[in-house]
Amino acid sequence: MDRRGFLKLAALTPIAVVAGEASASKPESASGPPPTEFVGMLIDTTRCIGCHACEVACAEENGLPYPDLSRLGPGERQATTTEYTPVSLFETSKGRVYAKRACMHCNQPACASACLCKALEKTKYGPVVWHEDRCMGCRYCMIACPFDVPKFEYDKPIPKIAKCTFCPERLKEGRPPACVEACPQGAVAFGSRRQLLDEARRRVAESPDRYEPVVYGDHDVGGTCVMVISSARPDEIGLRTDLGTRPFPEYTREFLYAVPIVDIILPVLLFGFSRAMAHGNDGGDP
Amino acid sequence: MSAKVATGRGPGQSALSFLLGELKPKGKLLTPFNVITAPIILAGIAFIIVRFAKGLGAVTNLSQEFPWGIWIGFDVVTGVAFAGGAYVITVAVYVFGIKRFHPIARATVLSGFLAYAFYTGALMLDLGRPWNIVNPIIGNEFGVNSVMFLVAWHFMLYLMAEFVEFSPAITEWLGLKKVRRIASGLTLGAVILGFTLSFLHQSGLGALFLLAKGKIHPLWYSEFLPVQFLVSSVFAGMSMMIVEGSISHRVFKHRVDAEHGAAHRDILFGVAKIAVGAMFAYLGMQGIVVIHGAHAGDLATGWGAWWLLEVVGFVAVPMLVFAAGIRRRSVPTIVTASVLTGLGIILNRLNVSVIAFKWYEPHHYVPAIGEYVVTAAVICAEIWAFRWIVLRMPVLGRDAGEVRE
Ligand code: SF4
Ligand code: SF4
Ligand code: SF4
Repeated sequence: MDRRGFLKLAALTPIAVVAGEASASKPESASGPPPTEFVGMLIDTTRCIGCHACEVACAEENGLPYPDLSRLGPGERQATTTEYTPVSLFETSKGRVYAKRACMHCNQPACASACLCKALEKTKYGPVVWHEDRCMGCRYCMIACPFDVPKFEYDKPIPKIAKCTFCPERLKEGRPPACVEACPQGAVAFGSRRQLLDEARRRVAESPDRYEPVVYGDHDVGGTCVMVISSARPDEIGLRTDLGTRPFPEYTREFLYAVPIVDIILPVLLFGFSRAMAHGNDGGDP
Repeated sequence: MSAKVATGRGPGQSALSFLLGELKPKGKLLTPFNVITAPIILAGIAFIIVRFAKGLGAVTNLSQEFPWGIWIGFDVVTGVAFAGGAYVITVAVYVFGIKRFHPIARATVLSGFLAYAFYTGALMLDLGRPWNIVNPIIGNEFGVNSVMFLVAWHFMLYLMAEFVEFSPAITEWLGLKKVRRIASGLTLGAVILGFTLSFLHQSGLGALFLLAKGKIHPLWYSEFLPVQFLVSSVFAGMSMMIVEGSISHRVFKHRVDAEHGAAHRDILFGVAKIAVGAMFAYLGMQGIVVIHGAHAGDLATGWGAWWLLEVVGFVAVPMLVFAAGIRRRSVPTIVTASVLTGLGIILNRLNVSVIAFKWYEPHHYVPAIGEYVVTAAVICAEIWAFRWIVLRMPVLGRDAGEVRE
């Protein structure tokens, strides 16, 4: 068995799941019920026909203006403060591919680990949401997000951070996100992350001619709740392939662990030094 | 102007009339410095009003691709490095008992304190929703997994520690002898805490950018960013002190007596030696990072040339100039080295936070005129505050740091 196959198998065994949860656990999971399984979204670009129904539905759901569909030529459209999920047309080695993009709702999001007031928060059920009453508008989340998702309202005196919310109001009512429901082609599927991952792997394995053999979001940046399969390579449809599989919060973890230790040890050491040096040193007054 | 003016409230003078008197400017109003800086400050205020009325986009060139510009990259990230002198010098004096540096301790602490106070102000301008800045402090929500959270707390506590360190000077100015004794009793504790807090927020500023992996050019991004920021803050602080010290000893000559004027030279060379040590360590580390990260190939590109300019031109070269200046005991030489070092620090911090950030984007952020003006206004206002305090409180020369009962 190759390494990849092993990792996939390991990911499904109970031990790996427990270990994975332990390392991913944040203070909030220390108390209360154990975290439920993450929900997610699977984007199958081979089914997308570029009708932009998801964009329109997203705008309606979030009370945003009708999306600007005038700039629909080939090339990547970036999300804006009023368009959370633009559908772009990419010219790839496998022909034209339409692809919807939005927040990836990372398993361990860089944005939430950056935010100092938990304004961006990874909810237990998967989506990463923004809390207006907490955010101080420092835009560190924008620096941190590897997918450049959060957008800031530079033209407002009371600005917001705008990004895909995963439609929490609808999820609470047991309905799928607006964009999923609106898609006439079934190009966007909603479900538990694990089921979607199985489904994605199945599709890719069963139709090797139709798909590039990669499920984007399976391992990238530690896994994301939004996964993408396509006929073209991920980098051809605007997805970065140089981000690695390490969850982003881990890049600062060592530093954060070191801080309380230094906070305790350094003053003790310095105080000891000052006692030792006190001999023959009046220190003087400040 | 006699030194007596600043050594406390005379008998029979009421506290209120004393304070009112002290608020009045001393000396001529129409000095060249005032004539240049006053309009800059006024223009800065005008831009700040527009910024709060219409949003950040009305004054800055920030964008969705470049959320941080020079208000963060220069005013905060660079400015804090330059304030690194205070924690190094106070620990040398009060913990390691290196009394030679004692005469400059107060001026250093004052400029450190003012730097932090003004950079906090600059940070507030950049925050989109500044009224929520209290959230991480009052514990509305603690983002304890955020480096920014730690930096904010260490920053805030350090501001308080520096205030305590400087408070004896304030009590002397106000003539409060009893309070002074209490205040100076707190100094050692404040220094030790202040050093710890600085240690962590100086490195924390570097750690902030660890999350920008894949967005900062590999020559500037490495897991050693926190250590690099910490070590470079030492020589940033030292060179700032040399420049500032030699300027204020010229400008505020009447506040410095002959004895301290002579000792000042020795102090400058001592400070320069600390800088050389830190620069040597820093260069060694940069070498390891490039070899370890296998970025040697990147050095052949345009970005490599820019990196070499920063590291060789503005760290290695000034280090050698420092060494030469110390050997020949030439103050102008080490002042030159300090200026070069300072430029190197500006380059480094701006490279990490702004210039090499998203080096792959076709359209790069260039600051707007309003961003420059506000930045200049913040610096001018800080110098005004420094001057106001130095002219009134015992900060420089003989009346600094001597107990007068
Ligand atoms: S894609 Fe960006 S904004 Fe979305 S969860 Fe991940 S880090 Fe956060
Ligand atoms: S801008 Fe708001 S959401 Fe983003 S990191 Fe800052 S406080 Fe958090
Ligand atoms: S999940 Fe909701 S907010 Fe996100 S793109 Fe779909 S409709 Fe828009």
